[in-house]
This record gives sequence, structure tokens and C-alpha cells, in this order.
Amino acid sequence: MPEREQIKKSAPARTEETEVEDLAPNESGSKIKAELDDLLDEIDEVLETNAEDFVKSYIQKGGE
Amino acid sequence: MAVPIVCGIETEYGIIVRNVGRGESPESNPMAASSTLVSSYVSDLADHGRGVGRPHRVGWDFEDETPANDARGGPSPYSYAPEVESHLVNAVLTNGSRYYVDHAHPELSTPECRTALQALLYDRAGEEILLHSMRVAPNWMQPGQEIVVYKNNSDGKGQSYGCHENYMLSRGLPFGRLVTNATAHFVTRQIYCGAGKVGTELPGVRRDAVNFQISQRADFFEEEVGLETTLKRPIINTRDEPHADARKYRRFHVIIGDANMSEVATFLKLGTTALWMAVIDDDAVDRTFHFARPIPALRQISNDLSLSEPVEMADGTTMTALEIQWEIFRMCSAYAESHGLEAVGEDVGEMVLDRWRLVLEGLESDPMSLAGQVDWIAKYRLLNGYRERHDIDWGDARLRAMDLQYHDIRPEKSLARRVGLETLTEPAAVQAAMSSPPEDTRAWFRGTCLQRFADDIVAANWDSLVFDTGGSSLRRVPMLEPTRGTKEHVGELLDSVSTAAELIAKLGAT
Repeated sequence: MPEREQIKKSAPARTEETEVEDLAPNESGSKIKAELDDLLDEIDEVLETNAEDFVKSYIQKGGE
Repeated sequence: MAVPIVCGIETEYGIIVRNVGRGESPESNPMAASSTLVSSYVSDLADHGRGVGRPHRVGWDFEDETPANDARGGPSPYSYAPEVESHLVNAVLTNGSRYYVDHAHPELSTPECRTALQALLYDRAGEEILLHSMRVAPNWMQPGQEIVVYKNNSDGKGQSYGCHENYMLSRGLPFGRLVTNATAHFVTRQIYCGAGKVGTELPGVRRDAVNFQISQRADFFEEEVGLETTLKRPIINTRDEPHADARKYRRFHVIIGDANMSEVATFLKLGTTALWMAVIDDDAVDRTFHFARPIPALRQISNDLSLSEPVEMADGTTMTALEIQWEIFRMCSAYAESHGLEAVGEDVGEMVLDRWRLVLEGLESDPMSLAGQVDWIAKYRLLNGYRERHDIDWGDARLRAMDLQYHDIRPEKSLARRVGLETLTEPAAVQAAMSSPPEDTRAWFRGTCLQRFADDIVAANWDSLVFDTGGSSLRRVPMLEPTRGTKEHVGELLDSVSTAAELIAKLGAT
């Protein structure tokens, strides 16, 4: 897969910056986790109130 | 060179009727509800002086519909051909789209578009049309009732409905070459265009035998190639109904895709497929992939959230879906260099390649980093987070309810709207696309004629308009070239006439 390797090679070479680069995913990872926590905190307000009934009554006919 | 790959997308929506405040109405009839929804939209337009023909709607012209024609040769003598349901509500809108009832679902087919980005815009406009329909439908319903629609593909109980794509290709393209190469893409592209689903709907298998899978649709495909769309669904659908000059073009009708909430996913689904079609049409494929067993491969990939399980190939080797996608990407990149990207639009083609590479890199290194672009990942992250917080199993009704609610198109209820999905369209452009047609396909002629001469148009189809201008006979205007009838092509002509009769006279004179 030459194209793919070429793309990978063109990425910045990892040298002493490795530590910094390793930190970056953690930072964005924890930011993503915080966003997810916020989302989960507020989601109960919009969820269908009776999940069981909602799922049961969501019946469709086949289409296409 | 490949023909310009005119494309479009048809979405069937899930539909329920609810008694406001008291949950779903058990006696609701989905066909009647779908008719009410479409009629409500058209009637509301008419009430606001923006009707689309007499009596407030233009009917669909079924004369040229031939859904039973098989791309493998002639009408099919043995398959279950789709029936054309001419008695149900059918409207043609001024943006060039068709809004109608198909079986028991409301369906919106976008107008013919010249690029994947444009088709995305009209798919989004379609969502807004459905949303507006839902808002106004209670005016025509019993007090206390409302309709809610969902942009998904399954009810979680074994019933599926489709989101089909269409691509215009050369008639000269050998169908066998199309089948082999398209299959490789359709089995593997789900890793970024899958919409995600809790559980499995395979017949005879417990729903909770699978926690979560990538595709909404993989469970419903049983054949490799075939004409059916509702029974024994095939990976490659052979419906040969070009809606254009059949000597020059074929319309490739793709039924395997999931309906996407993510704009990036819709864009990639259409963009990568259109580009790959150009490569196939120009015979620039340098490596083919034959699965040992395509249907099990489709399901295996859908069930492998790790994206790392090798799939058996016919030659005894194995590959992962990601490896096959990288190879298809490589061939498309090489094609861009050797042939250019005119077939899919230069700028949009470049954008497809950039986005495609980024999403494959993300899937390879950290799939969760794509929670803002890929539906199945966005849905998985949300549901799994909820599951862990409440310490519940994947079989819990709350997770199944969230799976459905992800696809609710009401902004205030849609979970997809809350997970931070990136958008590629501007809200103002989406609003405009609800009533204005694309300028660079024949949809422009259809939509503009409906805007200006709706009262004189008695019927419309993809490839014709039928006018009644008061003469002794109806006048049919054929539109067999999807790339003609554009603003550039007939804009001046339309500007120069003030009535449909003048238009017909001028068309007849040229």
C-alpha cells in the first residue's frame, strides 16, 4: 500500500517531542470524557419517559 | 472518461403516531399517517401561496416507470419486482425532489445533484421538509394526535426500510466489473458510514446476542446480487431503470446504505462511492477484492467494533475492512492524479479524498476520536457512557430507546443533535434548498417550471414534465439528459418567457 505508507512517512517524525505528543491524547481524552459527562448529566431530561413502552410500540412495516 | 456522476439519495423514514402526552397510538395506520404527513406539507405550502400545482400538487407520472427491468438483461421473469403504488400520495416539490408514500413510510428523494456535497445539502433539506411536515400535520389530524418520524433503518424487531443512493454511470460499463468492485466497497465502507445499532435482528438469533453493531442494515442482506429490495435484499441491486437515455446511461441503485444523521457520514458515503464509481467506469481499478463469502463478511465487519478481525478472501488470504478501504482509497487517489476529478466535481473530489484519508487514519489510530463525524461511534460513545453510568446491560430498554431517539429528527428530541456532530452545510443554504433546485442538473428545469408554472403542469417524472396549456392536447417535455436543463443551459430561455404556453412554443421551435 504505497500511498498509505507515503502518507505515514510524511507525518512529523517522532523525536524528543514524543512526551508532548503522548500528553496530547490524554488531554483531549479527558476533555472528551468531560464533555460526555456533561451530556450524560443533562440527557435524562430529553429521553423518552417510558423507554419500555416507547421501544415496544415502535413498530414499522418493512419498506423499500 | 467517466460520465459526470449525477447522484441522489432517497430516504424512507420510520413513522409513528402519538397521542400527545399519552404515548404512541396503538391503532395507528402507518400508510394513512404517511399520507397525512405528505399531504399536510403540500397543503401547508398551498395555504401560504406556495402551492406546487393543481389541485395544490403535481402528480407523479408513472408512464416510464420500469422497476422490474434487470441490469443483467431485460424484465425479470422470476424475481419479485417492486410494485409501483400509483394510488398513494405523490408530490413533486419546487426544489426538484419527490416527496411521497412508499409502502408504509414517507419517503423523500432528493433532486439529481452534481456532487456529493450538493446531495448532502438536499438530503438535509429533506430532513427539514419532514420536520416541517410533522409540525403542521396536527392541523389535519384528530385533536391530541401528532406524527413523529425517525431517520433510521430498522424498528429493532426485524423490519427494515431503506436509504438508497443513485449514481449515473455509462451504459457501456460492463455490469460484471461493477458488481465485483462495488461489492468490495459496500461491504467495507460501513466502518465510517454505519449508523450503529443495539443488538442483532438476524432471524432466529436472540436480540441481545450482539451488544452493539456498526451497521443498521447488515442483518437484512441475504443475497450478493439481485433485483429485490424488500425480500432477500442483495448487496448489489440490479434494478435497471435509468430515468435517462438508456442507450447512454445506467442508474446504479444502491440499497445497502444506512441513513445517516452525521453530515460527514452522508458526505463520505456519497462521495467515496461516486469517486469509486468513476474509477470503475474508467477501468482504472488495479486490484480487485473477492470475498470468500460476501454476506457473512458484511455481518462480520458490522459486528467487529475493534475493526481488526480479518475477513476471508476467495484466494485464501485474509484482509480487514480497513485494509480494503485503504486500497480503494489508494486507487481513487491515483485516479485523481491520472484522470482528474471532473466526474465527481474537482473541488468536492479533493474534499472527499481529504476527509476519507482522515477518517481512515482516525479509525486506525483512535476510533473514538471520530465521535464527531461517524454515527456509529457517536452513538456507541453516548450509549456506552450511559450504560456504564447506570450499570445496565446492553439489553436494557433505555439503551434501545436511546438508539431510536438518536434518529428522531426533532432538534429538541434528537440525540444525534446533542452529541456534537460536525456539520458541512450552512443553515441558510439548507433552508433555501427546501424550495430551490440545484442549478447544475435537469432538476433546475423541473423545479423552476414548478415554481413558475405549477398551474399548467399536470404531471412530472424524473425525465419528463407534462404541461396542459389549454391546447387540444397535453404537451410532454422529455428530459432524458440529466446534465441538461441546467440554469446555464435553459436559464435565459426561461427568463425570456412569461407563460408556460410561451415556453412550450419556444421549446417546440428549437
